[in-house]
Amino acid sequence: MTEAFDYSLIDWSRAQFALTAMYHWIFVPLTLGLGFIMAIMETIYVRTGNPEWKRITKFWMTIFGINFAIGVATGIILEFEFGTNWSNYSWFVGDIFGAPLAIEGIMAFFLESTFIAVMFFGWNKVSKKFHLVSTWLVAFGASLSALWILVANAWMQLPVGMKFNPETARNEMHNFWDVLLSPMAVSKFTHTISSSYLLAAIVVIGISSWYLLRKRHIVFAKRSIVVAAVFGLITSIFTILTGDYSARVVAQNQPMKFAAFEGLYVGQTRAPLVAIGVMSTSPEDPDNENIKDFVFKIEIPNFLSYMAFQDINAFVPGIRDLMEGNEKYNIPSAAEKIARGKLAIDALAEFKLAKEVQDQAKMDEARQILDENFRYFGYGYFVDDPSRLVPSVPITFYSFHIMVALGMWFMMFFAIVLLLVYKGKISQSKFWLTIGIVNIPLAYIASQSGWITAEMGRQPWVIQDLMPTMAAVSRLDTNAVITTFILFGVVFTTLLIAELKIMFKQIKIGPKQEGGH
Amino acid sequence: MQNKNIFLRVFNFYYEGFRSMTLGRTLWLIILIKLFVMFVVLKLFFFPNFLKTNFSTDEERSDYVIEQLTKPNN
Repeated sequence: MTEAFDYSLIDWSRAQFALTAMYHWIFVPLTLGLGFIMAIMETIYVRTGNPEWKRITKFWMTIFGINFAIGVATGIILEFEFGTNWSNYSWFVGDIFGAPLAIEGIMAFFLESTFIAVMFFGWNKVSKKFHLVSTWLVAFGASLSALWILVANAWMQLPVGMKFNPETARNEMHNFWDVLLSPMAVSKFTHTISSSYLLAAIVVIGISSWYLLRKRHIVFAKRSIVVAAVFGLITSIFTILTGDYSARVVAQNQPMKFAAFEGLYVGQTRAPLVAIGVMSTSPEDPDNENIKDFVFKIEIPNFLSYMAFQDINAFVPGIRDLMEGNEKYNIPSAAEKIARGKLAIDALAEFKLAKEVQDQAKMDEARQILDENFRYFGYGYFVDDPSRLVPSVPITFYSFHIMVALGMWFMMFFAIVLLLVYKGKISQSKFWLTIGIVNIPLAYIASQSGWITAEMGRQPWVIQDLMPTMAAVSRLDTNAVITTFILFGVVFTTLLIAELKIMFKQIKIGPKQEGGH
Repeated sequence: MQNKNIFLRVFNFYYEGFRSMTLGRTLWLIILIKLFVMFVVLKLFFFPNFLKTNFSTDEERSDYVIEQLTKPNN
């Protein structure tokens, strides 16, 4: 069935969505994290009454405002794409996507937009405490916005709380709480927001380091570094803990993605974690007994088993186990899933035919077969090419390891910065201040790598096990998709240049005593 | 009377806030241009809703998607 699809259209549609999502994600994490950092700074101002903290807060509020203004509404383009480029998918997900996104629109948007006005216009017009509450609500509102879209994304990785209706070809929500509180939603939300907080802390330290290297705004920079480093250390520990939880959730619900994280072709008990590795460039062949998966690797014994199942003796299935099946560990083969998926697809077609002639008995029979096999529905598309069930292992492996390595590095960096602050040596440490600046692009690389890991690792699925990416796209002219891809590239690059230009200008100006917003 | 004062105060709050903006004016200009490009240019000319444009009822849309899901080569 895979030959029925136009892969050029699918690839361009994916590239277009990836481009817009990745550009959108350049703006989002700084807004999420900086909101809390400036709220903490303002809290110190309200508690101490020291006007220097007001100056510090107002400067970071300006940076927040620039980032918020440039980034706001860039996510709406993704919703345009759902309706135009991914219409089968949009129809198939039904209310599941609609409900969380509607809640996001109503709750978080209004919370943010109301209190953002108080935050920017309210200095000296509302009481200090009301202003502070507004700043905190902006910070919470931003994270709340992220919650709903991440819940929707998590449902795509672990579809729960719904029932498929064959009459409409839509998934209908049966339990909102199952959708909201699924382990995937909890892990995705906590890991994504904590990593965003970490990124903002890195940006604050980086900009402050630049001031210290230039010997400008010394007090401002030192105080900003203290707040950001404490916030960054706490959130980086939280990011690592939530990352560990996310890995377990993935291991249990998306074993193919988990195997791709580690380039694990052959499953094993007491599986080691590849801490550092260079993958072999030879063609991937999960059937090869002596597969040379790595040119070079450094492993931590037993750690992968522990990470996946909190048991060093646990069996971690490899790509070959998932494709060929493993009776000993009760893992069904891809062929078995494909057969059941094909049954489900045929049953849906039968149901439609029976409905047209009002044959209730045949409708009931088809519905029963569909219900019994629906969990493997998407596998039915891979009858003629099961190898497409394996995601790109090198991309998933490297993006996962870059994200993890940088996450660990940032935690150490925050600790080092705090140590230097404690010893009173931060403003003389040219080396670490330079590293602070270099860390800014690294934080964005880590953040984007996280999404590449999550989204490339789950291929070929747009909805895990139910809908492959190829079945989700609209039948459009490929040239039209290429045109909009280029258009988005131009629009988003222009926005990014505008953001950087305005932000660099404000950073050069530095914090002001007083002034407009 | 009290309510009127509250509304007036809220209006003045926003009015004075917008008037006293410096950098904010540039940012608002960017936001407005961006929203125009997104909703007028992109949405109208490049991103019609595929199913809403091509089919008039939900039943037709369901039938089309089922057709796509069960016989993708058609």
